[in-house]
Amino acid sequence: MSARRAVESGVPELDPYLHPLLKKNYGAWKWHDRPRPGVLHHVAMSGDEVWTVRAGTQRQLDVYTIRTLCDLGDRYADGFLRFTSRSNVEFMVASEAQVAPLIEALGKAGFPVGGTGNSISMISHTQGWLHCDIPATDASGVVKALMDELHEEFIHERMPNKLRISTSCCEINCGGQADIAVNIQHTKPPRINHDAVGNICERPTVVARCPVAAIRPALVNGKPSLEIDERKCMCCGACYPPCPPMLINDPENSKIAIWVGGKHANARSKPTFHKLAVANLPNNPPRWPEVAAVVRAIIHAYKDDAHDWERLGEWIERIGWPRFFELSGLPFTKFHIDNWRGGRGSLNASAHLRF
Amino acid sequence: MGHRRSGGCYVVCRSCLSPCVRSGNDRRKEDAEDPDARQARGGPWPSFVTGLKRLAKDESKPYAPVMKDLLGQLEHSYETRKGYWKGGTVGVIGYGGGVIPRFSEVADKFPASAEFHTLRIMPPPGMHYTTEVLRKMCDVWEEYGSGLIALHGQSGDIMFQGCTSKNVQPAFDALNDMGFDMGGAGPALRTSMSCVGHARCEHSCYDEPRAHRLVINEFLDEMHRPAMPYKFKFKFSGCPNDCTNAIQRSDMAVIGMWRDDMKVDQKEVKAFVAERGRSYVIDNVITRCPTHSLKLADDDTLKIDNRNCVRCMHCINVMTKALHPGDDRGVALLLGGKRTLKIGDLMGTVIVPFLPLKTDEDYEQLVDIGRRVMEFFADNALEHERTGEMIERIGFANFMDGVGLPIDPNMVSHPRTNPYVRMDEWDAAVAAYEEGRKGQGAHNKGGQS
Repeated sequence: MSARRAVESGVPELDPYLHPLLKKNYGAWKWHDRPRPGVLHHVAMSGDEVWTVRAGTQRQLDVYTIRTLCDLGDRYADGFLRFTSRSNVEFMVASEAQVAPLIEALGKAGFPVGGTGNSISMISHTQGWLHCDIPATDASGVVKALMDELHEEFIHERMPNKLRISTSCCEINCGGQADIAVNIQHTKPPRINHDAVGNICERPTVVARCPVAAIRPALVNGKPSLEIDERKCMCCGACYPPCPPMLINDPENSKIAIWVGGKHANARSKPTFHKLAVANLPNNPPRWPEVAAVVRAIIHAYKDDAHDWERLGEWIERIGWPRFFELSGLPFTKFHIDNWRGGRGSLNASAHLRF
Repeated sequence: MGHRRSGGCYVVCRSCLSPCVRSGNDRRKEDAEDPDARQARGGPWPSFVTGLKRLAKDESKPYAPVMKDLLGQLEHSYETRKGYWKGGTVGVIGYGGGVIPRFSEVADKFPASAEFHTLRIMPPPGMHYTTEVLRKMCDVWEEYGSGLIALHGQSGDIMFQGCTSKNVQPAFDALNDMGFDMGGAGPALRTSMSCVGHARCEHSCYDEPRAHRLVINEFLDEMHRPAMPYKFKFKFSGCPNDCTNAIQRSDMAVIGMWRDDMKVDQKEVKAFVAERGRSYVIDNVITRCPTHSLKLADDDTLKIDNRNCVRCMHCINVMTKALHPGDDRGVALLLGGKRTLKIGDLMGTVIVPFLPLKTDEDYEQLVDIGRRVMEFFADNALEHERTGEMIERIGFANFMDGVGLPIDPNMVSHPRTNPYVRMDEWDAAVAAYEEGRKGQGAHNKGGQS
């Protein structure tokens, strides 16, 4: 092994990686429009124009796919490209005449062009079975299955507003807040591998991680271990990352819940968290058809009923939750009513009612 | 509209998105006959499995057997619906974090991918690349890794996935020689993200890449030698559209802001009204303003009540030619965003309504606030407690007092609704408030300068 110490260089400088036209007009852009879905057209104060062609990728990229993107970047975009936070690739093109050939070349190489404006962009997602140490489902697989279905809404801009989806393989929800979030929801307390706890886990840490104080140290078969008060446990899985013998993942009982109405932007309304729409869907690889059906139903209702520029959560805010459950066809249960801290603030303290 | 066949597997109606799907049982039966192909098969979206397979079949390369076994383990996960990776301790010399160790729990079945670690590497701000540097990264990852790179992880890192313990150091050395450095993991300052901003966006209110590099590179010690109570994240968005999702997803959100009147090109307003029609403008711009600060005048110009504008960005987003952020630009800082564990979701909340960000001194001030907040966090948070949870526990006013930042009515949705507080120091607090108002000088618009 080499004894070389790291050069602690930190975040690299941007300049060497910035397209010359973007460098020239840095901080001096005037306006933009979208000539077609997947294409942004920016005009600088200087009068310079740049066209950005956006395409979806699979995020988990093999070197051959990256080199294909590089070939396209060399041929059409002066050897530069960038990625969005949702793993879309963007090519900045200096000449409008190059836009159509680039779109055609991307199409031939299997990359859908879109994800701009009022479309469904790529799903922000987590690592899943491919690489995470605590996943109850796959991430890339769910995303592939969903994006195959939603592809037409990626390449068009015909939603009321942008629609952002995330998927997460556990309740930590690394995929983040979204208009529609597809997250694992465990339904049974962890089974404990008592033989392993004493050797692997720092027990006080595990006890401290539990949000409901349901875990306590115990001697089991003469060995130091942990025990769970199953009446208290709400199956969040927080004990599993610091202590893998707390087996929370379960092929049958780790279910999928779908959440709606999260929003990051400050546009119109303040940012919001997503709220529970439905739970207890099976974790059903390789295509997760039950999840896809619910996502489709929600999108269908939103697309049909929302006004222009309403995000999914803003639409529900206007029509009300009774109407949302009616239009989406989803059941309303006692589990939708928040009983966590601060939960009472989500109850209807008014006579504003809908029938 | 008709129906569109997608890869022989699904038939999706364009207009209603409703499927004609064969039952799950049918598909599972078919999958059993063709297990290798089942994840990759069909569909218009690019498939990650196709890429994995290509690497697995790349017989001349050292990673081919690794990727073959990785695919085997992934197939095994699909069959059993369980994950099979466990963590461990792997790193590079001098750093205490940044490598995500992954050891297989089914290495007896799939020995070649028994070690499949990830190197988190920080990209340039805004995730811009030359094709040249991406190709070099591919070459490095062909030599030392698996040939699989995620662009990018949720943390904003380039994730070089699939490295043996032995190859972690030489792989990092090669990437480090190219000018790239390790990102954050564990209880440490984490890799940051900034939006495209100044590079290509007219909404951008400050130089995001500059702020991003300045802040993160100042605190690299906190990233590379994890010693904080838990993770700490900065994210940089150039305007309140918050394209990096900073308010919910970071401990300190740096959001572009302006303080003066928004800029209006009335000629372009008239052109927009002429093109879209008055009712479109009324329905989609005027009545969408959250504070009713817009009025369409009889001559098709816009009248704006800038004192009541909350800088939400909606009208500017819709009328990109006519409307722009004002000239007195800087940032708002929000603190404490996080998801779920342990106490439930928290949004970041305002700790500085406005910090000008133009001069070198302004940027230093941002770094200084970052330092004060991180130091307070390091000294006062419990183990595994995020900033938002710490504030929930100790109280926002105490936190602000501790970091030495002035409070402001912009920091609350509304004042308290209960009387359960000792107020015997009320007069002193009023005096401090009056003192603060005097200090605000010309910009006394409720913002803090």
